[in-house]
Amino acid sequence: MSFNRKDILGLQEMSREEIEYILDTAVPFKEITLRPIKKIPTLRGKTVINLFYEPSTRTRTSFELAGKRMSADVINISTSASSIVKGESLKDTALTLQALGADVVIIRHGMSGAPHLVGQTIKAGVINAGDGTHEHPTQALLDLYTIREKKGQVAGLKVAIVGDILHSRVARSDIWGLTKMGAEVVVAGPNTLLPPELQSLGIKACTNVEEAIKDADVIQVLRIQQERQEKGLFPSLREYSRLYGINHERLKYAAKDVLVMHPGPINRGVEITPDVADSNQSAILDQVTNGLAIRMALLYLLAGGGGEV
Amino acid sequence: MLKEKTEIMDNERVDRSIKRMMHEILERNHGTQEVVIVGIKTRGVPLAKRLHHMFKEFEGVDLPLGYLDITLYRDDLTTISQQPVVHGTHIPFDVTGKIIILVDDVLYTGRTVRAALDELIDFGRPAAIQLAVLVDRGHRELPIRADFVGKNIPTSHKEVIAVRLEEIDGHNKVVIMEEEE
Repeated sequence: MSFNRKDILGLQEMSREEIEYILDTAVPFKEITLRPIKKIPTLRGKTVINLFYEPSTRTRTSFELAGKRMSADVINISTSASSIVKGESLKDTALTLQALGADVVIIRHGMSGAPHLVGQTIKAGVINAGDGTHEHPTQALLDLYTIREKKGQVAGLKVAIVGDILHSRVARSDIWGLTKMGAEVVVAGPNTLLPPELQSLGIKACTNVEEAIKDADVIQVLRIQQERQEKGLFPSLREYSRLYGINHERLKYAAKDVLVMHPGPINRGVEITPDVADSNQSAILDQVTNGLAIRMALLYLLAGGGGEV
Repeated sequence: MLKEKTEIMDNERVDRSIKRMMHEILERNHGTQEVVIVGIKTRGVPLAKRLHHMFKEFEGVDLPLGYLDITLYRDDLTTISQQPVVHGTHIPFDVTGKIIILVDDVLYTGRTVRAALDELIDFGRPAAIQLAVLVDRGHRELPIRADFVGKNIPTSHKEVIAVRLEEIDGHNKVVIMEEEE
């Protein structure tokens, strides 16, 4: 199969074949991240721009490092120190970046659909690094890569996603990716944090976490966004931790070789206990390493070939 | 459409050439001290494996063996419309101080070898890199030459040298292909 997307906006519109092609392409890039000299000349002369309208450490750093390891010029634009504070529109910012010769623009934005708008506006490839509560495709791809690497395959596994599903773009992308790859997905969280449209996706939703993680092969623990508590969606962090936190006692319900994942940053002692986060079953740091390989693969697929831009 | 024009080497001649190259490698390096073998994907890999096997059979040494995928080091990535599939590199040893026998099937423009040299240097500082190819067909575009050659075959640009190997194609032979009129 050939890969000919200009943009990576979400997993919803992607086929299983495309997802597998990206995961396969990431395998040789992981080898490069383990070399003594972690540098290849593939994107020499290409320009990669990180345009982040929301705070981010790991995603932005991961993209920056991915670009630099492939010899691209990488520029980071954070909104507080740019013309955006002077009122420049997203479209004008995008056109400016195009005029500067960007080959790939990576965008994170608080509004769902912002990367789509940028993708339609400019010729450069656009990668969605998280838009509103919509999608975060590179996170889901690295999650799939990690599961495949640790479990051999994704199809047939039971994967539980626990936490704030309602506000989580990671959960949405994970659900698209996992179901396309043939996994069984169950989500769990307080009723106020479960979106009503889950049934239409064929996803089972539980308010009881033990039920959700029963015999699960993989548990993806989501970060509890502390600011949500102020909106009264759940009574207290302590109660959340008691009812939904992943601890050793609770892990006994899951499969014996369960893989515990978390997209980070983690709140130790809230959604996950430190002993679980640091245990052998935890793949949290593998996720970070694999994220680099996935992002290198995507930069290669968007900017590696093709003289048409 | 390409059609087969002449058969240059059959199974036996391919094997004999590899065996002769093995002896030349031994002679040049006064044995196998620090010698490692690296095949260039795709068809350099089974050739490297065979060379490795012959060292084992005739010299009783199990030389370190690796393979290179030079896709990410190509100099024509920006001019081809589709990204080539990346298969991955595997060098399971430290190259520093080693004598690397770089193996490929056909030496033509020299651009693949240039990319392979760059990639190898990114793994460390080998003592030497020596190039072994089954067929040298001429038409170099870079100042690169092979140290060990199975067979020199003068060709025209219109012709294509097809190296068929059992591991990939089901049989061993080298043929010249030509554009059909």
